[in-house]
Amino acid sequence: MSGFNIDAFMAHRFGGHAGTLGIVYHGRDDTGGKGWVELALPYGDALIGDPDSKVLASGPIIALMDMATSVAVWVKRGKFAPQATLDLRVDYLRPAVPGRTVIGRGECLKITRSIAFVRGIAYDETPDDPLAHVAGTFMLMDAPSTGSRA
Amino acid sequence: MKALMSLPPYAELLGVTLEARDGEAPVLVMPFRDDVLGRPGFLHGGAISGLLEVAAIVSLQHALAEEDGARELRARIKPVNVTVDFMRGGRDKPTRAEGIVTRLGTRVANVEAIAWQDDRDKPIAHARMNYLIARD
Repeated sequence: MSGFNIDAFMAHRFGGHAGTLGIVYHGRDDTGGKGWVELALPYGDALIGDPDSKVLASGPIIALMDMATSVAVWVKRGKFAPQATLDLRVDYLRPAVPGRTVIGRGECLKITRSIAFVRGIAYDETPDDPLAHVAGTFMLMDAPSTGSRA
Repeated sequence: MKALMSLPPYAELLGVTLEARDGEAPVLVMPFRDDVLGRPGFLHGGAISGLLEVAAIVSLQHALAEEDGARELRARIKPVNVTVDFMRGGRDKPTRAEGIVTRLGTRVANVEAIAWQDDRDKPIAHARMNYLIARD
């Protein structure tokens, strides 16, 4: 975990879609264990998917987990490099509780020459009671032989 | 068509509008703007996924309404899971999406959704979802 300074990287607010959603850096495991990264998605009326129950839409949770797992790859590689999400699967274990901030915890399981394998959970109280589980893969765009296709 | 296609606040955040079609669920259109940007010049994967999920739900609501008229309008849709494949980067142009209900059962619906830009035959992303249907 040398060349990638996550604290400096996360010191500024996200722009683009993540900024619109209000996603911010939350923390990381630096005990030398699994090496997870956490981002936070504050509750907001604009993110509601079901006006009756006021439950968050599922889209912002995917965006949160896409980013949390993405940052976990950069931490594991020790550098920031472009990567493209190849696929992402999300299991919605339970609805997020209206009003609560959702924390997305991303983990990078394995990096090969051109692919990073990730998983993660989202929770709104404790990691022991996750509301979503994700598994995904990223294509490393700086890997040899992947060429320059976007 | 009945006025059941009210979009949730999250769809407004994405800037989504509907293009009506005869007898079919509407196509969703999401403009390219800062609010849906990921890495510079490209759509955020989360915004594409969100668009696909809204498209899937719109098509499922449409299918439920077709199936049994007003009675089913009270059916609630609960997402179980989603798998998204990202096939191309989303560029600086509008993105369209539509959902396809592959099976509508009593308790479970299987739905697919695709998103494309210039050419529907060259999707930028594809998703597969399972929904639980809670009928009152």
